[in-house]
Amino acid sequence: MKYIDEFRNGDIARAIASKIRKAVDSNKHYKLMEFCGGHTHALHRYGIPNLLPSNVEMIHGPGCPVCVLPIPRIDAAIALSNMPGNILCSYGDMLRVPGSRQESLLKAKARGAQVRMIYSVEDAIKIAQNNPNNKIIFFAIGFETTTPPTAAAIAKAKTLKLKNFSVFCNHVLTPVAMSAILNIQHDDKYPIAIDGFVGPAHVSIVIGSDAYSAVSQQYKKPIVISGFEPLDLMQSIYMLINMINSGEEGTVNQFTRAVTPTGNEKSQHIVSMIFQLRESFEWRGLGQIPKSALKIRDEYAEFDAEKQFTLPKSEGLEHKACDCGAILRGQKKPTDCKLFRVVCTPENPLGSCMVSAEGACNAYYAYDRIPENCNAN
Amino acid sequence: MQTKLKTPSGPKINFKRGVIDMTHGAGGRATSRLVDELFIKAFHNEWLEQRDDNAQFSVLCGNMVMATDAHVISPLFFSGGNIGSLSVHGTINDISMSGARPLHLAASFIIEEGFPLADLKCIVYSMADAAKEARVSIIAGDTKVVERGKGDGVFITTTGIGVVPKGLNISGVNAKPGDCILVSGTLGDHGVAIMSQRQNLEFISPIQSDSASLHDLVAHMVQNVPSLHCLRDPTRGGLVTCLNEIAQQSAVGMQIEEKAIPIHESVKGACELLGLDPLYVANEGKLIAICPASEAQNLLQCMQQHPLGKEAAIIGEVTEDHHNLVQLNTSFGGQRIMAWLSGEQLPRIC
Repeated sequence: MKYIDEFRNGDIARAIASKIRKAVDSNKHYKLMEFCGGHTHALHRYGIPNLLPSNVEMIHGPGCPVCVLPIPRIDAAIALSNMPGNILCSYGDMLRVPGSRQESLLKAKARGAQVRMIYSVEDAIKIAQNNPNNKIIFFAIGFETTTPPTAAAIAKAKTLKLKNFSVFCNHVLTPVAMSAILNIQHDDKYPIAIDGFVGPAHVSIVIGSDAYSAVSQQYKKPIVISGFEPLDLMQSIYMLINMINSGEEGTVNQFTRAVTPTGNEKSQHIVSMIFQLRESFEWRGLGQIPKSALKIRDEYAEFDAEKQFTLPKSEGLEHKACDCGAILRGQKKPTDCKLFRVVCTPENPLGSCMVSAEGACNAYYAYDRIPENCNAN
Repeated sequence: MQTKLKTPSGPKINFKRGVIDMTHGAGGRATSRLVDELFIKAFHNEWLEQRDDNAQFSVLCGNMVMATDAHVISPLFFSGGNIGSLSVHGTINDISMSGARPLHLAASFIIEEGFPLADLKCIVYSMADAAKEARVSIIAGDTKVVERGKGDGVFITTTGIGVVPKGLNISGVNAKPGDCILVSGTLGDHGVAIMSQRQNLEFISPIQSDSASLHDLVAHMVQNVPSLHCLRDPTRGGLVTCLNEIAQQSAVGMQIEEKAIPIHESVKGACELLGLDPLYVANEGKLIAICPASEAQNLLQCMQQHPLGKEAAIIGEVTEDHHNLVQLNTSFGGQRIMAWLSGEQLPRIC
C-alpha cells in the first residue's frame, strides 16, 4: 500500500535498530515514555521492543482517552443513558469500560437503556434530527484530536437550532498531563524517572509542536513528536536517545509530514470558541489536575448535558485490586497487576486499560507472549 | 412446507409492491400461497413438489455430516451477494470443511412484518441460484412472520447434510507440529464489503464479498491430497480466530508469516482507514487447509488450479507449544502473538 508500506519496511527498521544499538551508552538505562496508547499498540503490534537493546525501556503513558476517565464520569454517562427518553451516543470503546460495581454502558444497553455506538459525532446530530421526541446526548471523550469535531458538532447544532442534542463533555488536554506525570514524586517502590517522551502524533497535528515547549523547558526533558507507523517510532526512539546522550532538551518533530509548529489553527479556533478551561478535572490514576480539561462555554449551555440534566452523585467505586492507576502513571507494567490475564481480560475487563485499542493492558494482552513461568492462560 | 396439493384460489401475491403481513406466517391460505408462488417455484425439486411436512431421501454409504447456520446480517444486500446466497454458501461450506460432498439443505425463514415481497423474492431466488450452482437441493423449509420491530428484515437458518468420501479424516483436532498452513485466497474481502455499505459508515469501495460455495474446491483438494489434516472456513473473527480454534483443538502452536498472507490492496486500505486488522475480518468464500509438509506444494498447486484457489498461499506452519499460541512474524521483522478477538473490532479514538 503506497505511503504505508514505506513506513513499515523491515530492512530500514533493522538498519535503524543497528544505529540505536551503536548510539546507546551501555552504562545507562534509558526510560522513554510513549505518551499515546496508539504508540503503545504500534510498538507491541510490530514487535519493536524486541528490536531495541535491553537497556532501552519503553514505558506506556496515560494517553488513552477511555482509560483516563475516572469512574464517576462513567457512572454519570450510565445514569444519563438510563433516563427515560434519552439516547446516549458514544464511541465504541467507551461502551465496555467498567464503572462502579462493574456496570458498563453495554450492560445498561442490554437492560434497555438507549445507547448507540457511533463512529463520528456527526452521526449523533443525525440521530437527534431523526428522533425529535428523544434527547440525544453525545458522550464526548478524548484528547485534542477529538475535541474539534465535538466543537464543530455543537456549532452545527446551534445553526440547526436543535433542541434535543447535548454533549457530556470529557475532553482533556495532553501537555498538562505530561507535566502531571513529571510532577509525580519518585516512589521508592515504583520509581519513575523518565528520560524523555515519544510525543503524540494526532494530538500534535491539532495543537502543533510548539505546544510542548513549556513542559519541555520546565522539566528539562526531550520530547520527540512521532508518527504512528513503526518506522516513525524507530526513528523517534533513535532521535530521543541521541538527545538524551547529548543532554539536549526541547521538542523535536519527527512527524514532519503532518505536524507543524503551530498546528491546525482552524481547529484551535473552533475549540476556543465553544470550550473553556475547567478549573480542575479528575483523571484516573493521576487524580485532580488543575486546568487539564475543557468545559462548554456558557453561551452554549443549552448543549451542555451537565447543565441540562441533574446527574446523581456517583460512588466512584474502583475494583480494589485493579492497578490501572499505577499503570497509567507508568509506575507499573500491566504484567505487575495481579488481575492481569487471570481475571482481567478483554472479554471481562475489570479496569479501563484492558478495554480499549489504546489501553496498555490491552496491548500487552493482545500482542505479547506469555512468559514461560506464568501459569495464567 | 404445507401439505396442500393445489394452490388455494384467490388473487396472486403482488411481488412488486406487496409486503409481508402476519397472515403470511399464520399457516393459512396466505402462507400456502407464499410457499407455492415463491419457495416451491424458486427451489423447484421433487421433494418440495410433494408438499409433505418432511423430505424423505435414501442414505448413501459412508459418513454423513450435518451442519446448521443462522444468518443475520445487516445490510441484507451487499456488493457480491445477499443474505440468501450467503445462507446457502455458509452451510455448504460448513459441511465441506469435513471433506464432504453436500447433498441437501433445509431453510427456515423468520420474516419481519412489513418486509417488501420484492426483496424477499430477490433473496429466495439468490438462494435458488446458489443452490443450483452448488448442485444441492433445498428440500425442506419453514416460514414464520414476526411483528414489526421484532426482527431485522429477515433471518435465515439453513441446515445441510453431506457425505464424506471414504478414507478421509479431516478435523480441527488433527493438526500436527511440522504441518503446513495454507489459505485459499485473499482475506477480509467479505467483511470490508459489508462494512463499506453499513448505514453509518458508507464509503466507496471496489471490494466485493467473496461469498462462494467451496465444496468443489474441497473435492478437488481431497482427491489430490487425501492426507489433508484440517479444513476450516475463516468466517466470523477471520483468520486469527480460526487458527486459534484449531491450535486449541489440536493442542499445538502456530507460526504465521505476515508477508505470505494474501490481502487485497483495497482491503488493506479500507482496514487502515477504519483502524481494523484484516486478519480478524470475516470471509465467506475462503478456507484454511493444514496438511503434512511433504504434501504442501502438491496441495498448493492443486488449489491454485481451481478458480476459487487461484491466490492460494502457504502462510505458516504448525509448531509445538503448550500455550497453544498463534504467533506472527511481522513483515516489519518483529514477532507478536495473534490473540483471540475480544468483542468487536473498533477503530481507535485519538
